[in-house]
Amino acid sequence: MDINLTIVGEAITFAILIWVTMRYIWPPIKNAMHERETKIADGLAAADRGQHSLELAQEKVKKQLQDAKMEAANIIDNANQRMGKIIDDAKERADEEGKHILLMAKKDIAFEMENAKLSLRAEMADLLVVAAQKLLQQTWNADKDKQLVQQIIEEL
Amino acid sequence: MSLLHPTEGEYIQHHLDYFQLNLHTMHLGNGGFWTLNLDTLIVSITIGALFLFVFWLAARRATSNTPGKLQNFVEMLIEFVDGMVKEAFHGRNELIAPLGLTIFVWIFLMNCMDLIPVDLLPKIASWFHVYDFRAVPTDDLNVTFAMSGVVFLLIVFYNIKVKGLGLTKEILSQPFGWWLMPINVLFRLLEEIVKPVSLSLRLYGNMFAGELIFVLIALLPWWIQWTLGGIWSLFHVLVISIQAFIFMMLTIVYISMAHSSHD
Repeated sequence: MDINLTIVGEAITFAILIWVTMRYIWPPIKNAMHERETKIADGLAAADRGQHSLELAQEKVKKQLQDAKMEAANIIDNANQRMGKIIDDAKERADEEGKHILLMAKKDIAFEMENAKLSLRAEMADLLVVAAQKLLQQTWNADKDKQLVQQIIEEL
Repeated sequence: MSLLHPTEGEYIQHHLDYFQLNLHTMHLGNGGFWTLNLDTLIVSITIGALFLFVFWLAARRATSNTPGKLQNFVEMLIEFVDGMVKEAFHGRNELIAPLGLTIFVWIFLMNCMDLIPVDLLPKIASWFHVYDFRAVPTDDLNVTFAMSGVVFLLIVFYNIKVKGLGLTKEILSQPFGWWLMPINVLFRLLEEIVKPVSLSLRLYGNMFAGELIFVLIALLPWWIQWTLGGIWSLFHVLVISIQAFIFMMLTIVYISMAHSSHD
């Protein structure tokens, strides 16, 4: 139980220990810990941000996909409509053309008929002339004449 | 003193004597106040240096990336002390947390000397013709009073620094009001003086009793020592940690009290 000069030595030792700890040990370690804390917090925040942007991107992709699908459907619709219209047009045109051709054909036929009639008439005239000549060459023979005319008519 | 075949009383007394240097004569032996307890000084300074060296190693290579094992361990202690300080003290003070760490680790390590077999260090010392050697620095009142004295000075310093003239008013008027001024002063004196005395005597008493019981256990026949020795060692592991913790915690509380006024 005796207090002696040791107490002074121990007090000095204690003071030195405190001073060194306060000056050279506590701050660097505390700083490192603090820095690590900030780093970890930053990392977590960055991860959060990444997650968020990933979600955004996914949403965007979804929307784009939907848009593309809709556009494709539109294009197909348009194409179908267009096709129908083209077919309809073609049909109409074919119809008209057909009608036109028919008309032309009818006209042609009519024309030909007219021609035929005309040429027939001319031929008949010739034949009548020939017949008349033959009649003139014959003497008056009523019966024969009658027969001859009959014959010509049959020849027609 | 017959060291080869000591009686029980002599054996105990041998463990209660310090390795002392008389500064009057510069010879070994007790010289009243002008004496140095060399055993206490050697062990405590060695332990203090060890503490500083290990922690300095950790601090020098401190990195904010993945810490190594040593840094992890040191950080754990620092976190622990810092948590205690944050819980009890709400001001800004660069000193109080490192002070708490120093107190905790130094006292813990010095207390740990108690777990080394009681006769080991004295035996080794005897090879160097040192016949009295007490290995546990904290069972020397000089150590505990030196520490609590420094803490006391810090308490006084912060009281004056933080409160200034308000301190005088506080001492004179608290806790009973202006009319009972002398009693207030007396109470305040008692309160302040009790702090370092209780701090140091608590630690000293625990460590002295622990060491003494180890000495007594060492007097038992060798084949039965392990029973009581084992139990007491286990118990003592608890005691040395708790004593280190209490000293640190009370220091933090006292200094934080010095920062806050009573009203």
